[in-house]
Amino acid sequence: MTTRTLVDAGTPGTGPAAGSPEAAATRRPGLPSTTATCVAVVAVAVVLSVVVGARAVPLTAVWSDTHPLHPVVEARLERTLLALAVGAALGLAGALMQGLTRNPLADPGILGVNAGATFAMVIGMTAFGANALSQFLPLAFAGAALATVLVHAIAALGRDGATPMKLAITGAALTAGLMSWTTGLLLADRKTMESFRFWQVGTVGGRGLDVLLVGAPFLVAGAVLALTGARLLNTLALGDDLARGLGRRTTRDRLVLGLAIVLLAGTATALTGPIAFVGLVVPHVVRGFVGPDYGRVLPFSMLAGAALVVLADTVGRVVLPPAEVQVGIMAAAVGVPFFLFLIRRTGRSL
Amino acid sequence: MTITAPPLETSAGAAPPTLEAVDVVRRARRAPSRRHRLLVSGLALLVLGAFAARVLLGDYTVTVVDFFRILFGEEIPGATYIVMESKLPRAVLAVLVGLAFGVGGAIFQTTLRNPLASPDVIGVSLGASAAAVTAIALAGWSGWPVSAAAVAGALAVAMTVRAVAGDHSGFRLVLAGIGMAAAMQSTIQYVFTRVDEYDVQLVLRWLTGSVNGVAWSTIGLLALCLAVLLPATLLVARALPVTELGEDVAAGLGVRRSRTDGLMLLGVLLIALGVAAAGPVAFVAFLAGPIARSLNQGRTTLPAAGLVGAVLVLVGDYAGAYAFADLNLPVGVVTGAFGAPFLLWLLVRGGRRTGSRTGRTSA
Repeated sequence: MTTRTLVDAGTPGTGPAAGSPEAAATRRPGLPSTTATCVAVVAVAVVLSVVVGARAVPLTAVWSDTHPLHPVVEARLERTLLALAVGAALGLAGALMQGLTRNPLADPGILGVNAGATFAMVIGMTAFGANALSQFLPLAFAGAALATVLVHAIAALGRDGATPMKLAITGAALTAGLMSWTTGLLLADRKTMESFRFWQVGTVGGRGLDVLLVGAPFLVAGAVLALTGARLLNTLALGDDLARGLGRRTTRDRLVLGLAIVLLAGTATALTGPIAFVGLVVPHVVRGFVGPDYGRVLPFSMLAGAALVVLADTVGRVVLPPAEVQVGIMAAAVGVPFFLFLIRRTGRSL
Repeated sequence: MTITAPPLETSAGAAPPTLEAVDVVRRARRAPSRRHRLLVSGLALLVLGAFAARVLLGDYTVTVVDFFRILFGEEIPGATYIVMESKLPRAVLAVLVGLAFGVGGAIFQTTLRNPLASPDVIGVSLGASAAAVTAIALAGWSGWPVSAAAVAGALAVAMTVRAVAGDHSGFRLVLAGIGMAAAMQSTIQYVFTRVDEYDVQLVLRWLTGSVNGVAWSTIGLLALCLAVLLPATLLVARALPVTELGEDVAAGLGVRRSRTDGLMLLGVLLIALGVAAAGPVAFVAFLAGPIARSLNQGRTTLPAAGLVGAVLVLVGDYAGAYAFADLNLPVGVVTGAFGAPFLLWLLVRGGRRTGSRTGRTSA
């Protein structure tokens, strides 16, 4: 309990339970029931994702190979798996970023990580003719890493250091500038533009399992780094001075966690295009259920992120027929009101 | 305390101001206004120069004599078409939207007292743009209803941001605006995936901003609107220096909030009209205000901001058209690519200074 109290004290405004940890802990549902609920939500989301769409599929078609709708099921299963993986990665990356920067507004989309990955990939497409995912991945990593470092370095300059406000504005400015450069490159290259406009919104449709398989090793590596980093985050949440006093090498810790963020967000962007706001919403909701301990926040953020992206993709298929609303746009539709709500609630503390 | 507070008896029983003191005060008040007049006329000359360069130079050079012959109706094969259908409308539109964005941006930055609260950072331009693309691509509108949709979109975003930010017009407003900008961006991107391949260029205009290929009728309409709006703005804006002191002080000095709200409304209209004509030319509204301010020794000046905006769009369009061989970039790409570093620089510099939160340091 002492650890949690300390963590709470070190992270003002990051979780609903920040005020009174004891009281909140007793009100919170137990860990087993939370796990069960979370897994159940993911399972329901997966089933819905297979069944719901432009064409409803009966569950029997899932099991029988000979059912006329079985190919539809296969296609939907593939995109569901991709959505699960990307959602888990984004949820985890968001939780990591929020912990690492002690910034309640951190999200790979808002802080320019996605824009960096996108820009690097478009440079690769137009300048070097890159067209395979294996070529996109290193580009996306490089772009994501550069953007992360740039945003934090620029925001950290000046008197107050990297406040959440300055990080968000720096991220927005960098995103706007990179988008202009990206558009400039695309205008020079009509063919890339045609494929790019569909990729740019973030979608899990029309991508096969092979895409996921290429990205999987990087996602797994990032997830392992992230999950083993839970204790680092808990210590960092105490503040740099205290963390150093407890024997942590904070710079090295930050680099390890930063690498995990780049792997997770970079791969997700390379696989599906930029999806913002998942990483923002998920950790906040999760903290409301499990408290501020990153040992719990990280795994539950994975589960909740996966569920959110799968559900967003499913709803997007039916919300504005006949066309699909891509998951990146659905995520913004959920995420923007949440972002505005967070700003109102955190108020002056920003 | 002892330094700033003068001895009581001097301030209470002050002698009537001498002639000399009146003269000093008068000169002190005149100097900035003389400087301002000089600045505005200098900038007007700069706009004229950039305008001339845009029309006469480039890949097809036209002499001044030929230009006036063309303007007064003489047909010169080839040249007439290029000047009347491409170069001249582009340059005129650049000046008009530059004025609109420059003045509109400066209104936002000064009434909200934050250099970051420019219409393109807080999503107002993108709101106009998103409403316009939706009207064109999904509802099939064209002509003036599209412009009306753009104005409605800009107003809706401005009101939402203001409502979310509440009374704290500083950081919360900028953050709420960033969120709204992201929402508008994804709306535009969604529409972008719904149009067919031939409309991509059209939609792209609404994503980046371009002064290329606009009909004379649109330009005329914009000119007419600006001819009404800009003088009205300057009239209402006489209260600006007071509102910059903060809402409470302004109210205490007799400037009612409805007046600043009216000014904001004019700012939204200017931005929305500019976007309706040329798309959200990135960062012009953001850059023009601070540049004009620093040229004017830190004093807000709407006329100068408008002229700086016009120069930015003219130069950006010229660079986009001719700076890169066999590539015709829309002006919004150029201003966006070079405006973002400036925003970052402003952020870094603003953080170093104590007064950064008031917006006065943007000078």
